[in-house]
Amino acid sequence: MNKKAMTGNEAVAYAIKQIDPEVIAAYPITPQTQIIEIYAKYYSNKEVNGELIDVESEHSAMSATIGAAAAGVRAMTTTSSQGLALMAEMVYIAASMRLPILMPVVNRALSGPINIHCDHSDTMLVANSGWLQLYSENTQDIYDNCFIGLKIAEELNLPVMVCQDGFITSHCVENMNVFDDKIIKKFIGEYKPKYDLLNKEITVGPFDTFDYYFEHKRKQAQAMFDSVDIIKKVFKKFSLVSGRKYDFFEEYKVKDAEKVIVIIGSTFGTTKNVVDSLREKGDKVGVLGVRVFRPFNYKLLKKKLSKIKNLAVMERYDPFSNFGGILFNEVRSSLGREDIVEYIYGLGGRDVDDSQILKVFNEMSKGKELIRYVGVRE
Amino acid sequence: MKKWKELEDGGVILEKGNNESNDMSGWRTFKPIHIKEKCIDCMICWSVCPDNAVITKGAKFIKFDYTKCKGCLLCLNECPVKAIKSEREKNE
Repeated sequence: MNKKAMTGNEAVAYAIKQIDPEVIAAYPITPQTQIIEIYAKYYSNKEVNGELIDVESEHSAMSATIGAAAAGVRAMTTTSSQGLALMAEMVYIAASMRLPILMPVVNRALSGPINIHCDHSDTMLVANSGWLQLYSENTQDIYDNCFIGLKIAEELNLPVMVCQDGFITSHCVENMNVFDDKIIKKFIGEYKPKYDLLNKEITVGPFDTFDYYFEHKRKQAQAMFDSVDIIKKVFKKFSLVSGRKYDFFEEYKVKDAEKVIVIIGSTFGTTKNVVDSLREKGDKVGVLGVRVFRPFNYKLLKKKLSKIKNLAVMERYDPFSNFGGILFNEVRSSLGREDIVEYIYGLGGRDVDDSQILKVFNEMSKGKELIRYVGVRE
Repeated sequence: MKKWKELEDGGVILEKGNNESNDMSGWRTFKPIHIKEKCIDCMICWSVCPDNAVITKGAKFIKFDYTKCKGCLLCLNECPVKAIKSEREKNE
């Protein structure tokens, strides 16, 4: 294990280099562009064996990736925001065809108004597309999630998104541990596709009528049910290789806390900071970060949070639903409670500082409004 | 029909030509009817049928296979001597 200083995008590109998939098909989009730039450098220096396909759009990027994965090789793509929205049609198809594609996504706000900075509206758009979603707090998380995600994908035959916060983690340099090539190659192992279009005469992606569509969807849903146990196993295997123990949710001073924030992404780190400063004053506060959002492990969440007095969910996108975002509703229904409040924050890359998190801790137990905003000029 | 647990992941089809086993008769609104007296056995209906629903022997029209026919009526449209008419399917 070596120490390196890397940005989130460098970490993804480095992970892709170590995985060395046979096909990468991608189209550049801010803030994901660096990943493909760096990979292209590896490619032209012949440091990787894969094929880099420059496609004309994200719809084509996902289509080419699906084609390569159906042909029976490791295939990846990566995107952000509008790119993910454009490929959404093929995103669903990748999942329904049960292709183990790994897609690192750099979270960026969806238009409009047009914006290039971080929020989670892009990946939440496809939260129910049948992909697994892993979120990352820092550079180490991003790097590790790539290998964990690939392993889960190939065990389950389901595609996995590894998400990181645009510019906040994607362009910010942090210290991290990287694996020796040999060790990580051994962890990910050789890829043996379940179906292999190039070497067997099979049909993939055929038309499905009312006679069988429902049955195929039921089978796809079962893979999501089964994924919980497989993810546990992969986390365990990964901890043996890396020494880093991961879980569906990461608790920070939650056990004896009275007030807890549930959050996704890099702001988990900021919130830990605020928890520390409040704990020094004697406030019993904590934070729970979501690493695995899809599948949503509601049983584990219930175990971890059922005794907490006050809960707030912070979401970095606006669902325009009159009833909060997906995470808010998942947490609320997992716990069967009506007293949980939602804070929408940081839209379009709005800076999230300690004062905003402090405000959430101070106000979460007061007032009657269910859906609240923090960090917007009132 | 197969239950969901018996299916392949992602709807992959392992056997070739499995469309043979499909019953398309439920798709039809109109049913083609062959008029033997007018037919000149030109085989145009046989060549345009997308579902191999025209059964022939040598160069003779024998019958329609109504489990394969989905009622597109291409045969009726292409027949040069109007030897095919259509009938509306009755609801059962």
